[in-house]
Amino acid sequence: MAVMADRITAGDVAHVARLARLQLTDDELDRYTGQLAAVLDHARDIEALDLAGVPPTAHPLPRENVLREDVARPGIDRAEVLAAAPSVEGDRFRVPRILGEAP
Amino acid sequence: MTTTGTTWETVIGLEVHVELGTETKLFCSCPNRFGEEPNTNICPVCLGLPGSLPVLNARAVEYAARIGMALHCTVQPSRFHRKNYFYPDMPKDYQISQYDVPIDADGWLELPGGTRVGIERAHLEEDTGKTSHLGGGGRIHDADHSLVDYNRAGVPLVEIVSRPDLRSADDARAYVDELRGILVAAGVSDGKMEEGSLRVDANVSVRPAGSERYGTRCEIKNMNSLRSLGRAIDYEAARQVRLLEEGGTVTQETRHWNEDEGRTSSMRSKEEAFDYRYFPEPDLVPLRPDPAWLDDIRASLPPMPADVRRKVAEAAGTAPDVDAVITVVRLGLDPYVDAAVDAGADGNLAVRRLANEVAADAASVGNLAPAAFVDLLHMESAGELTTAQAREVLKELLASGGDPATIAAARGFEALGEDALAAALDQVIADNADAWARFVGGEDKLQGLFIGRLKGATGGKADLAAAAALLRARRAAGT
Amino acid sequence: MTTTAVETAAAVRSGERPALEVLDEHLARIGEQDSELHAFLAVTGDAARDAAARVDAAVAAGLDPGPLAGVPIALKDNLCTRGVATTCGSRILEGWLPPYDATVVSRLAAAGAVFVGKTNLDEFAMGSSTENSAFGPTRNPVDRSRVPGGSSGGSAAAVAAGFAPLALGSDTGGSIRQPAALCGVVGAKPTYGLVSRYGLIAFASSLDQIGPFATTVADAALLLDVIAGHDPADSTSLATNPPRAGAALDRGVDGLRIGLVSELASAEGLDPQVVARTREAADALAGAGAKVEEVSVPAAVYGLTAYYLIAPAEASSNLARYDGVRYGQREAGADITEMYLRTRSAGFGAEVKRRIMLGTYALSAGYYDAYYGKAQKVRTLIVRDFEAAYQRFDALLAPTAPGGAFPLGSKTADPLLMYLNDVCTIPSNLAGHPAISVPFGVDDAGLPLGVQVLAPALGETVMFQVAAALEAAR
Ligand SMILES: [Mg+2]
Ligand SMILES: [Zn+2]
Repeated sequence: MAVMADRITAGDVAHVARLARLQLTDDELDRYTGQLAAVLDHARDIEALDLAGVPPTAHPLPRENVLREDVARPGIDRAEVLAAAPSVEGDRFRVPRILGEAP
Repeated sequence: MTTTGTTWETVIGLEVHVELGTETKLFCSCPNRFGEEPNTNICPVCLGLPGSLPVLNARAVEYAARIGMALHCTVQPSRFHRKNYFYPDMPKDYQISQYDVPIDADGWLELPGGTRVGIERAHLEEDTGKTSHLGGGGRIHDADHSLVDYNRAGVPLVEIVSRPDLRSADDARAYVDELRGILVAAGVSDGKMEEGSLRVDANVSVRPAGSERYGTRCEIKNMNSLRSLGRAIDYEAARQVRLLEEGGTVTQETRHWNEDEGRTSSMRSKEEAFDYRYFPEPDLVPLRPDPAWLDDIRASLPPMPADVRRKVAEAAGTAPDVDAVITVVRLGLDPYVDAAVDAGADGNLAVRRLANEVAADAASVGNLAPAAFVDLLHMESAGELTTAQAREVLKELLASGGDPATIAAARGFEALGEDALAAALDQVIADNADAWARFVGGEDKLQGLFIGRLKGATGGKADLAAAAALLRARRAAGT
Repeated sequence: MTTTAVETAAAVRSGERPALEVLDEHLARIGEQDSELHAFLAVTGDAARDAAARVDAAVAAGLDPGPLAGVPIALKDNLCTRGVATTCGSRILEGWLPPYDATVVSRLAAAGAVFVGKTNLDEFAMGSSTENSAFGPTRNPVDRSRVPGGSSGGSAAAVAAGFAPLALGSDTGGSIRQPAALCGVVGAKPTYGLVSRYGLIAFASSLDQIGPFATTVADAALLLDVIAGHDPADSTSLATNPPRAGAALDRGVDGLRIGLVSELASAEGLDPQVVARTREAADALAGAGAKVEEVSVPAAVYGLTAYYLIAPAEASSNLARYDGVRYGQREAGADITEMYLRTRSAGFGAEVKRRIMLGTYALSAGYYDAYYGKAQKVRTLIVRDFEAAYQRFDALLAPTAPGGAFPLGSKTADPLLMYLNDVCTIPSNLAGHPAISVPFGVDDAGLPLGVQVLAPALGETVMFQVAAALEAAR
């Protein structure tokens, strides 16, 4: 069983902020690092638990095979959707330039 | 390939994304259609609107199961994960995809030559929208801004991952070609690479021949035809060999194939680390296909190309990997072989006519009724039409349909039976008595003269094979 | 005190009272008091008048407008309402008009309910005080210097202030039950999957459930029975026949076996008066004929940790879509990544960022097994321990919140302290089981306290039965 990491560092927080597309000032980085460390310290209470052989529960209720028929239905009006968008050009959503290919 | 004495072996594994030909998208009821007005096939779900939830398309599951069965995989209970990364063509900024337990696992595909390529897995996932880059000639890095159309977002895909069992660009092309045939036969996709229904990424590495260990691989993207797949693999393998022979190392990365420049290049800047943070998709429940349902699907699967090739080869009396057989099956012309065999016609002749004349005009095959094709074979075998005449009639059948006897008659290709042929030959002999005497006396080169005269005398209606046989018989008899 | 939803619906259906008159009375109260309480982010008076007029027209035409005929109801602003701004308490969604209705909204409209407005909440339902709303906090109607609890604080306050007899909230870790307790009203979290989540803006998908607020247990049951039931648009919606919450309200508890959860009744950090009220509730039920005993649910104490790993993890993914491309606010950037960074940094508040980062960390390469994976195994233990308890008991009893309503601003500086508010409510979310908070007494300051009744999955009938008995005994 994997063990919890050492105390979360400002570098870790900067890394997850980047993954989550959040920009932090130096002050914010300090403050969040302390707060996340406190929460994760509290989370160490489960470290002592013997969880070997315990299956994970991803979902509270066991359901399987929820499927729908392959029958087309009308979607929503393009004009209504585009009207809610921050920026459009023609009938498409406009975004600033993209620096890399999709992974 | 070798330049410094080391012989290098190329190792290739392919990841093929197939768009399924369902009516609707994977998780919503929007139409799954190619080439429509931008942002018309959209709804809260495939647009990732707040509060929307996915519901899985039963037909997409069926198609994924068909693919698994056609590739000899275990079709197993599976579940969906979220693959998290930011990109504007992905409405939720995560892709719902099968991760740790795919629906199809551990199968194989047999190339026409008999080589088995392992299939590691095939899993269901949703497609992304389409991004167009404006300004800078449409190239992503030079663009001023981009526009996004979400019609394709949420279209069902099956990603088929091969094992690294391929050893050449030819192998890779043969694999994709065979896979395409299987997908079309299974009725799950139109297999159109140029429309993006089939998208191929290649994992390429090289190693010294005989080495057990794999080299560091690069993933090559953006090949949109079989030809560019082959070129990209050859280029990339050569690049890696050159690098290694110069004492360098290959870096594991994703590389982009540029068709115009004929080379691959590194796709992204170094600092952008990807960490997809996969976790089980909480908005969906696990999939455990009912065994009875799977049995029904299995029973409904038509024969796959390899089976059909075996059948066609048997009819033709050849090996299954001869080009004619492969061509006939790839073009879906095997029902004509069936019709020929059922009607007692010459199977080998059927395959030859199909692989040559019919294949050359495959787009017109709809005009050719199987019964007409069979009649034509009979006429040719019976000597009622010469080979040249049969070819001409077949062309006409492909161009405008109809029945071969009528076409032959209209062109004056009346039957020239054995008696008529014999009479014509006797007349030619009589008219050329001197030459005949020399021919009978051993002057072989005169055969051409007699065949030529016979052709002229019959207005081209003589079956040349039959004529030659008759000529030989007369000469032996010394008359 | 206003009339109950049960009484109002009966009066409107019979033609005794016009729905418009009922509505105007409530709109007047909102107009007088909400500028100070700030329970609502939007009051939809005109649309409400149209809806009430349709109800009255139906009654006049001899048609039945439905079980909630003319009953004003407030909706938490994380429920999508077509053409009505839905913000989730966040700047990033400010001004967004959903092009569709949540399933619960459609069901309520079909039942004759009249929507009076969208209520305030902690941004994206993350919080326990409604102070994390981007649009300012809601005040507790009982004591306006105090928080109403959260995250559904606006809905709880709206019902407590008599702005509407009913409201909907959502409960991911206690967000209905805790504010209900702090505002002195009834609030229930149904069995996971009983109420469709379609159109509920997701916080943590495997934990979120929509549920009712009301002034009485019977009203809460009435509302739940309208919104419960299968929805093909939600893959996690239960296909079984929903239990009737209101089926056994007057049956009493004679002979029922009720367990007082030791680990929760004596959890660290509970106000002693909370402990006292909970024990009095147990005594009251025993006095009404129930067989009450203490029962241990050992893994419940790990609920808080499991929750604060699982919920942020799911949230980090659910909230990725707020990227400034398709809807909501955008901050300009020279390239797409800069636009993402600026949009999300400006659009999300501190608590949302904290949880997104916590969840991203818990899912990130190298830490998944230690954090998210482990938390899911703890979840299994909690489910098992509850199942063992329900072998011996029909329902369980526990405190709702560790104390009464706290002063505005008193816990905002310390996230962990705020998280501890949820210690008694979280286990039910992790197990997917139903739980209801019923007002039971007050603390020394006269602030209302609540007691929870917990039941096994789909045990709503017995849960409401016990809750009604508690209500009668207080
Ligand atoms: Mg993929
Ligand atoms: Zn859609």
